[in-house]
Amino acid sequence: MINYDIVIVGGGPAGLAAALSAKEHGVQSILVLERDKELGGILNQCIHNGFGLHTFQEELTGPEYAQRFIEKLKEAKIAYKLNTMVMDISSDKLVTAMNREEGILRIQAKAVILAMGCRERSRGALNIPGYRPAGVYSAGTAQRLVNMEGVLPGREVVILGSGDIGLIMARRMTLEGAKVQVVAELLPYSGGLKRNIVQCLDDFGIPLKLSHTVVDIQGKDRVQGVTIAQVDENKKPIPGTEEHYTCDTLLLSCGLIPENELSQELGVLMNPVTNGPQVDESLETSVEGVFACGNVLHVHDLVDFVSKEAQAAGKHAALYVRDGAERHSDQKIPILAENGVRYTVPCAIHPERMEETQTVRFRVGDVYKNCSIAVYLDQTCISRKKRPVAVPGEMEEVVLKKKDLQAVPGLSRITVKIEED
Amino acid sequence: MYDVIIIGAGVSGCACARELSRYRLNICVLEREEDVCCGTSKANSAIVHAGFDAKSGSLMAKLNVEGNQRMEELSRELDFPFQRNGSLVVCFEPDGVPDLEALYERGIQNGVKELRIIERDELAELEPNISDHAIKALYAPTGGIVCPFGMNFAFAENAAANGVEFQFDTEVIGFEKQEACWKIKTSQGEFLTKYVVNAAGVYADVLHNMVSQEKLQITARRGNYCLLDHSAKGFVNHTVFQLPGKYGKGVLITPTVHGNILIGPTAVDIEDKEGTNTTQEELAELLEKASTTVTNLPVRQIITSFAGLRAHEDGHEFRIGQAKGAEGFIDCAGIESPGLTAAPAIGSMVADIIRKLANPQENPDFIGTRKGILDPRTLDYEERAKLIQKNPAYGAIVCRCEMITQGEIEDAINRPLGAKSLDGVKRRTRAGMGRCQSGFCSPKTMEILAEQRGVEIAEITKSGGNSKLIVGINKDKI
Repeated sequence: MINYDIVIVGGGPAGLAAALSAKEHGVQSILVLERDKELGGILNQCIHNGFGLHTFQEELTGPEYAQRFIEKLKEAKIAYKLNTMVMDISSDKLVTAMNREEGILRIQAKAVILAMGCRERSRGALNIPGYRPAGVYSAGTAQRLVNMEGVLPGREVVILGSGDIGLIMARRMTLEGAKVQVVAELLPYSGGLKRNIVQCLDDFGIPLKLSHTVVDIQGKDRVQGVTIAQVDENKKPIPGTEEHYTCDTLLLSCGLIPENELSQELGVLMNPVTNGPQVDESLETSVEGVFACGNVLHVHDLVDFVSKEAQAAGKHAALYVRDGAERHSDQKIPILAENGVRYTVPCAIHPERMEETQTVRFRVGDVYKNCSIAVYLDQTCISRKKRPVAVPGEMEEVVLKKKDLQAVPGLSRITVKIEED
Repeated sequence: MYDVIIIGAGVSGCACARELSRYRLNICVLEREEDVCCGTSKANSAIVHAGFDAKSGSLMAKLNVEGNQRMEELSRELDFPFQRNGSLVVCFEPDGVPDLEALYERGIQNGVKELRIIERDELAELEPNISDHAIKALYAPTGGIVCPFGMNFAFAENAAANGVEFQFDTEVIGFEKQEACWKIKTSQGEFLTKYVVNAAGVYADVLHNMVSQEKLQITARRGNYCLLDHSAKGFVNHTVFQLPGKYGKGVLITPTVHGNILIGPTAVDIEDKEGTNTTQEELAELLEKASTTVTNLPVRQIITSFAGLRAHEDGHEFRIGQAKGAEGFIDCAGIESPGLTAAPAIGSMVADIIRKLANPQENPDFIGTRKGILDPRTLDYEERAKLIQKNPAYGAIVCRCEMITQGEIEDAINRPLGAKSLDGVKRRTRAGMGRCQSGFCSPKTMEILAEQRGVEIAEITKSGGNSKLIVGINKDKI
């Protein structure tokens, strides 16, 4: 048995930032467990730029962004293990992991930070009909093949889904010599960042067909073509709108799902909207001393926000290690997401424990123009922020003040909602 | 010259090969695809039927019950996953009760043990998620579930260990009857053999009709399926059938031996014997029908859908025996449900037919057991640590969804009749069969395949043939 104060599951952007922050807040004994062969997580395959504008006020590639954190981690002499898979976490924070060299590792932690990231929604989960040939890839798998292995998974490409990885891969495949014929998006709007639509599709003349989906995949050995069709308001394909594309590849970028199998086995309460754990202002889950941050908690748009969130998780885990049961444990006030706000992170706050301000992040469920984002303490509106446009692809935030919450005696709920003007 | 050539390395062909390898015979299996278990055997309900469904007195009924009874022992000898979870045929309306009773009677006649009709209360206790409309059910505790790949590989590997040869990527295109033997023309040249076993699945009629005047008609009956993630485990515990009624044959919901939930199949007769595509209509029909069996079917847990073809013979009967006017040409045709259950009995029956014709000596070196790929999850942590010490590849997880290690994948590639492709690895180890559907592990599995087989990564395919995964290197056409 090995002992650490904090064990961090995952050495991607969230795990790295959480580890550094925990160290800055006084914890010396920290271990990061990473299942891949290097630290940095999915950033290692994101060789495009656009990372770090908020964190470093400059534009970096994914590996560069990761490297800055990895170097700091090494300077801070924080322990980490690569090629190490966490098999189980018990509620008393006994972490069981496995690797080649050490076999089975049993690590007793005082606090655990979940930072496992997310996975892509697969073709199967989308229930796309047709054959099952080679040439159907999730965009991230294609990204790994192209950017890390240097190989081309296809030459004539159709992309379903306009998530950011799909948009980035439309550009990457084009730059590597493939022909991207079309990007089809089931929804009437893109789930990706506006800048990616402009820089990855518009600049290369790749059409984006909104309210379209793939209704058939042809080819028994290798993809020979796909059929796309327009969908109605219930997302059902409209007969007669089918268009056939001859291609050898279908890439899927249809959403990301937090990887919470470990969390669920641990018994952490989940939020069915985010598929991530329910957390309070400390990013602490329903299991005491277990924290979560990054894409395992909710899918982020920018890595900069992952780092920021992870820093908070690292800090709170450090405080938990220091104070443990001594913490204030006043009543937890739920934050309700209503009217267009799909969820909030955190989803509850202990006013006594919270800092002077608390950022609440969320996504909206539709495209809203000229709306306001309103915050209510019980029935009273305490802030109303004008937004010319709010889209599901970009995270929104509001900031709560401790003094506002404390000014309402017997506060029973906080509500965040969209109000259309 | 071979003594016996078996055409088709599906579960029937491989069961025949294994049973025939008990004798001193020179045997070869010809398979069109790159691997065993590539046709009907890979895409079905994975059910060990109790045996109440087949018509009393039919060969189907006899071999079903016999196969079912042998499954425990066989799964131990050949080391493949099998579980007797029991099956239920659920009746949803009073009008259906006579049919349910008729099914019970048929089961008794077929020799199915422990069969009984249960009332709603007991049914709801067995299956808490059963629909409110369910009124009664036929309960068959002898029903079971099996890994269809596992059984097929077990037969094949055991046959190979006992000297049976396998020729892959070999498609049969014609026969020539010669004096005392058959010449089989294939895409890989000609083969001579004294006896032919036609276990060609949906193509068994095509082969049969090349040599016999008494024609056979086999229709490809397509079934779409949906597979749910482990997170749905326990949603049903028994194999739950719908009593066939005014809405047709109905679909089943069953756990799999690996802890998933499987829903299916639809039944659409198609002309194209290659038509293994799912369709919008069938998937929609499937989910609609399945939703009537249970409440709150967790459709969000679907991780994949697939289609399989059943080899439906016009008379809905197993056609096992010498083809008329074709001496030494043994059909093993029309093997549709309950073919997987019956496979052990089918193998024995075909072996017996050939034994009587060829009068071979017993093989004194026959090995009746086979060891499957070690599943480290069956070990406790201490045993697992020892295993990793011995072979560190068992400490490296490649497939994070199913928690499959590099050690298992290497074993799958390097054992006799080993995996050559991603699908070959998947069916042997489950790597890539989980919730991410190989999104994360496929690049790594491709690398391991290339390394172990000593080929370039670009040579690795999804499932042999032209199913290339990589078509070039970056900027090679710029």
